[in-house]
Amino acid sequence: MTAAARPAPAVLRAFRRPVGALAGAWLLLVIAAAIFAPLLSPYEYDIQTLKEAYQPPSAAHWLGTDEFGRDLLTRLMYGARTSLSVSAIAILISVLCGMTLGAAAGYFGGRFDRLVTVVVDLTWSFPEILIALILVAIIGPGTTGVLVAISVAYLAQFTRLTRAQIMTLKGETFIEAARSLGAGSGHILFRHLLPNALAPVLVSAMLATGDAIILEATLGFFGLGAQPPTPSWGSMMSAGSALLFKSPGIILFPGLAVAITVIAINLFGDALIAALDIRSRMRPPQ
Amino acid sequence: MSPLLELQGVSVAIAHAQLLDGISLRLDRGQILGLVGESGSGKSLTAMAAMGLLPLIGGRVTTGAIRFDGQDMVQMTEAQRRALRGRRIGFITQNPMTALDPVQRIGAQIDVVSRLHLGLSSAAARARTLELMTQLRIPEAGAVAEAWPHQLSGGMKQRIVIAMALAGEPDLIIADEPTTALDVTVQAQIIQILAALVRDRGLALLLITHDMGVVAQVCDRVAVLYAGRLAEERPVDPIFAAPAHPYTRALTLCIPRDDTARGALHGIPGAVPTALNYPSGCRFHPRCPKAVSACSATQPALVAYGEDGRVACHLPGPGAP
Amino acid sequence: MSQPLIRVEGLSRRFDTGGGFLKAPRSMWAVRDVSLAVGQGEVLGVVGESGCGKSTLARLVLRLIEPTSGRVLLDGTDLTTLGAADLRAARRRMAMVFQDPYSSLDPRYTVADVVTEPFVVQRRPVPPGAVAEMLEAVGLPASAAAGYPHQLSGGQRQRVGIARALALHPEFLVLDEPTASLDVSIQAQIIELLSGLRDRLGLTYLFISHDLGLVRYFCDRIVVMYLGAVVEVLPDTTTAPRHPYTRALMDSSFSPDPAQRRTLAPLAGEIPSPFALPAGCAFADRCPRADARCLAERPPLDGDPAHPTACFHPL
Repeated sequence: MTAAARPAPAVLRAFRRPVGALAGAWLLLVIAAAIFAPLLSPYEYDIQTLKEAYQPPSAAHWLGTDEFGRDLLTRLMYGARTSLSVSAIAILISVLCGMTLGAAAGYFGGRFDRLVTVVVDLTWSFPEILIALILVAIIGPGTTGVLVAISVAYLAQFTRLTRAQIMTLKGETFIEAARSLGAGSGHILFRHLLPNALAPVLVSAMLATGDAIILEATLGFFGLGAQPPTPSWGSMMSAGSALLFKSPGIILFPGLAVAITVIAINLFGDALIAALDIRSRMRPPQ
Repeated sequence: MSPLLELQGVSVAIAHAQLLDGISLRLDRGQILGLVGESGSGKSLTAMAAMGLLPLIGGRVTTGAIRFDGQDMVQMTEAQRRALRGRRIGFITQNPMTALDPVQRIGAQIDVVSRLHLGLSSAAARARTLELMTQLRIPEAGAVAEAWPHQLSGGMKQRIVIAMALAGEPDLIIADEPTTALDVTVQAQIIQILAALVRDRGLALLLITHDMGVVAQVCDRVAVLYAGRLAEERPVDPIFAAPAHPYTRALTLCIPRDDTARGALHGIPGAVPTALNYPSGCRFHPRCPKAVSACSATQPALVAYGEDGRVACHLPGPGAP
Repeated sequence: MSQPLIRVEGLSRRFDTGGGFLKAPRSMWAVRDVSLAVGQGEVLGVVGESGCGKSTLARLVLRLIEPTSGRVLLDGTDLTTLGAADLRAARRRMAMVFQDPYSSLDPRYTVADVVTEPFVVQRRPVPPGAVAEMLEAVGLPASAAAGYPHQLSGGQRQRVGIARALALHPEFLVLDEPTASLDVSIQAQIIELLSGLRDRLGLTYLFISHDLGLVRYFCDRIVVMYLGAVVEVLPDTTTAPRHPYTRALMDSSFSPDPAQRRTLAPLAGEIPSPFALPAGCAFADRCPRADARCLAERPPLDGDPAHPTACFHPL
């Protein structure tokens, strides 16, 4: 490992690769659209104008309107707010909990480690969607339910990756050197182990955000996500599915938004892995 | 008689980096030539060139000739070179742990060499394998032949690697740091076995090592490499008694002898330059205690020195720095 | 010998391998009943081949691993019974230099971070100018402070490791094969550096090495280990060895002098597995002098207190 494993300059280096730059540009565009949606759009996302329903793309409505006459592009931008923020926050919670659990298990070992490993292996063997559906069924539909569901669904992945990183790093001589100076667990964990484990976990989190967007859309499609009139990409597709032949744009555009965004996240993640030179560290040996 | 192995002005490049520059060496049958120098001096690359293995690491000979028994290996086809390797040129690597196939029994790995190169039947190959193992003082050769590599110690594995190198009845053995990974008492055994084999069978051995003690113990001649160039090449006795090149002298002063007084051990200041920033003139001049202005200006030619020796230095020989 | 700074008494350490599916748990003694003393200002060499326990001993002395039994006294204080806070305070007085100059420095730390880490760990302010001062002491330019370890050569990294060890002005350093992964030219530089620092700062060293020639050059007294136990303590670097293993070790290190070529009766066999220690002398099956008693009984380390030898038939 070299100093190339420092994340901040690596993001810039990822942008220097053509694919990385293209993917990164799309992600910046989507994020900007989500943040500045109220400023960018002359329409409201929830005002129904039934006489303007089912309009094809035009100069006034770039992507047309839906069955209630609402501007699709506007709803797509507001939908990005829900979809991106729910996915990102869920993954953030998942990463924080996963890193804490994985670091504690990997560093302290013993019974706690065995317990964590068993639970993680158990969850690992269920598909994420199943875990998420069960949790939403328990908590109830809505943004909070989806948030918790996605967090828990990806917890195993980050716990496992962090634990493997910590276990490997623990054997490095610089850890022993720190102990020989009198360093306690806190210093070793927060000054050596976690900073060195961070890069692969962050990249993995970035890639998982892509998966989480799909999971969020899926839950939304089943009507379990954000409740009307708040748009999300999944609930928009759900509404559009009934109107597939009447007005294909209603399902097509949110679908494309999900697809292109997830592809962009994956491509940018790959560029980041290459820039960080950590490909070999991404999959923990089992 | 023509030498068994002769390198004539060999230069080697990988991509745009010129890593070896005009290396000339010769090695006769029954002789052990030691190739010494610090890491990064080009020792292993010289061995790769002599084995015709440069394409493996993306390298190529840019000028010069590598003659094995009179034939130029640079001009050969890859098939011709492959026919030489294992059959007439044996190779012993530094790390015996990775030189053996972990999922094949020891005996089978040695058998295959003589079956492939000498056309022996399975039974004849096994008989030869056991004979070789006995010569290498491997106890209970029959049982060891049925063992797996992971069941053997490092010293035993290195003997197996030597047996593999010998199985094709080669004329030349190239050994790249054959004992570096071993304990000293085991190293002493292996070096002595290797030297005895060369003498008894009239083989030639190109011994690459960083250990001047090993060189003094078994080599007939010594070639000292520095930063991709030959610094000095002479018979072993005079090169230790009165090194001509300041680099050779510095290398011998790095190792404590029984009579080295406290504080008399001198390292060589600085480090070996990389191919990207070779100094002008003599590449050793920034680290040389004797350097004068000519040393940074012009590259010293490799000229005859003493009895049957050659040195590349503007101020060769003993004398206060 | 002057007043001992470090006294090791009956130190032992057993390692148990866990066992598992179809695998019985096994245990081995990496260090067996080692006693030694390092005088104030002395350089004590510990020499032996792989598996002799010298690196485990180094870590036991600094209590980086816990002993199974035995004591380590630093200036009379038993390190093995100290609580966390007292142990951390004691660590200011001792430090370690590691073998691998690559993995012993955190790749995300700058050189300045590395050499100031001891202050951070001990919660002490970094004295102004300390970084440049430390780097100068180990022969590095002050400009190296801002760089990362991967920009340095192996020898320079080892100098950084030495600077880190010296940061809190310890009295006692454990040097665990500090030159084993360096070129001889660089090894000599590092040895001279350590030698100069010892003279200037009055340091005490425990020097671990597999290279008897180097140990004989650098150390005042030499402890020879074989399979976890001390077989001989040489009182100085010129005294002839009494233990056949020490003799074999000396014969095996070739002198860089073609005039001293020799044909050795090479030592037969290799070091036995520490998991299956023989009942008698651990060296007996390779020893030319071994008899029935050596195979049956373990020889104690005794004889001349200044030159103890664990052998029934010393040379």
